Amino acid sequence: MTKRWIWLWLPLLLLTTRAQAALEIVITGGIDSARPVAVVPFKWTGGGAVPQDLAEVIGNDLRNSGMFRPMDRNRLPQQVAVASELNATLWGPHQVEAVLVGSIEPAGGNQYRISFELADVLGRNGAQLLESRSATVPAAQLRQYAHRIADIAFEKLTGIKGAFLTRIAYVNVQHGAQFPFQLMIADYDGFNEQVLLRSREPLMSPAWSPDGRKLAYVSFENKKAEIVVQDIYSQQRQVVSSQPGINGAPQWSPDGSKLALVLSRDGQPEVYVLNLASKQLSRVTNHRAIDTEPTWSADGKAIYFVSERGGRPQVYRVDLSSGDTRRVTFQGDTNLGPRTTGDGNSLILVSRSQGQYRIARQDLDGGQLQVLTETQLDESPSPAPNGTMIIYSTTYQGRQVLSLVSMDGRFKARLPARSGDVRAPAWSPYLN
Amino acid sequence: MQMKKLLQSLAVALPMLTLAACSSTTDSDAMTGTDGSYQNGGVQTGGAGGALSAEEQMRQQYEALRRENVIFFEFDQDEVTGHYAQVLEAHANFLRSNPSVSILVEGHADERGTPEYNIALGERRAKAVTSYLQSLGVSGAQLAIVSYGEEKPVDTSHTESAFSQNRRAVLVY
Repeated sequence: MTKRWIWLWLPLLLLTTRAQAALEIVITGGIDSARPVAVVPFKWTGGGAVPQDLAEVIGNDLRNSGMFRPMDRNRLPQQVAVASELNATLWGPHQVEAVLVGSIEPAGGNQYRISFELADVLGRNGAQLLESRSATVPAAQLRQYAHRIADIAFEKLTGIKGAFLTRIAYVNVQHGAQFPFQLMIADYDGFNEQVLLRSREPLMSPAWSPDGRKLAYVSFENKKAEIVVQDIYSQQRQVVSSQPGINGAPQWSPDGSKLALVLSRDGQPEVYVLNLASKQLSRVTNHRAIDTEPTWSADGKAIYFVSERGGRPQVYRVDLSSGDTRRVTFQGDTNLGPRTTGDGNSLILVSRSQGQYRIARQDLDGGQLQVLTETQLDESPSPAPNGTMIIYSTTYQGRQVLSLVSMDGRFKARLPARSGDVRAPAWSPYLN
Repeated sequence: MQMKKLLQSLAVALPMLTLAACSSTTDSDAMTGTDGSYQNGGVQTGGAGGALSAEEQMRQQYEALRRENVIFFEFDQDEVTGHYAQVLEAHANFLRSNPSVSILVEGHADERGTPEYNIALGERRAKAVTSYLQSLGVSGAQLAIVSYGEEKPVDTSHTESAFSQNRRAVLVY
């Protein structure tokens, strides 16, 4: 079997256009159950306007997790810059679990000195310091540093590593445009949106490498399906699969050395594993029914995939060393698009029941299938690396948009795009 | 000799296409006037008159086949219904008579379900069409397929009627 491994360099197609906040989060439900906190506007000691409203970014992050409900700014009883100035008596009636305060000052050379403190104000002995840090940050990285602060506060308050300094990849479709299909990446909240690739033909199924440096995706730029791996920093592109028929649904193994993918070169769509270093291809499934949508178990020893071997599409698990295959979903008419969570405990699915396609979660220790969403035509769920949230594609007011839902289904938010359809979201791994 | 075969196939294909156009649910409004007369008379005239050159007849035949080149499917199904028997027979006749001509059959799905599953479904639809043509004697060497799944809808309005328009196979010459 000959495989073409081609390094492509297509500067005309590779762009780094920046757009501001094409995605703005609209909360659609579930905020009432969240834990109250306060993020006080950071004290600005320079001249003119503050270069970045850090508290707004931090507050939005905590809110978007679905676990916290930041107080309205105009209801804050105090606006101070250090925890030692917090008056527990003033904060007591608000029952906030924690208060985050801080300051930002010019540090010369287009840099800023940022200090922040997180304090518990519910104790009897006044504000109790939970965290205190400071750093010098270049102007261009202020927003990212705000996500970093939110990560630190989130971990301090929940014990779970924050996933706010992460990105999403997705496909934007501008119907009728010269290059309708655009592969995009953005911060998880939709800011710093960048175009990685524009194409006249469809782009599908972006998947992050575990080191967060590369995307594997399907491109029809040559009027057939091919799997491309693109380095998002060097912009180098490599066609890693261009077999006759389907080349689809790439998913990186947890160690980044292999891709699970789907080929139909032998007839029906089957799941294969491609070793990226040796280019060796091994067939994982062999059945006359459709087998597709592979996703790796957290330990890389098994692959979950969708098969029609039982009649309707359901999720199966194949052990890669023994080949032992068993069905894992039984509820719902069909279950599609599985993704494992980082802790390996749950499957995220698209579940069809009574004609509705909804995002669902099933615990892998034999638990019930829990439907998480109430939106229309949901597809392409992708969990955040800390397993707290899921981003997915859904249809709202006649367009495909991205939405967030918390892992327990209680918090829901929509990320509307300015134009076109937005689909195939993939949440990056931790980038720090 | 080759020319004679072409004319023979033309004589078979053209009336079938006209019939197919007439019975098609999607194109019937466009193809017939309020009195039921054919608006698109060029196809009929060329075939009946025989006054055109063979090249011109082949060109017109191409155009007719390009117009009647979409097969629609039921939800989650890949069965080519009897409704399309005449259309596909016309394509098969043309391809049998012109073995140097090859076509690409595109398989498409509506947006229900996941994009990756719909790629598999679209391929099954494209294969159903190529199998049908092969059963009518078309050489497999003339037939290539590609599945676009739900990625290239003709109607992007996300409605039931859009879904039915998007579940299709397209024969591309």
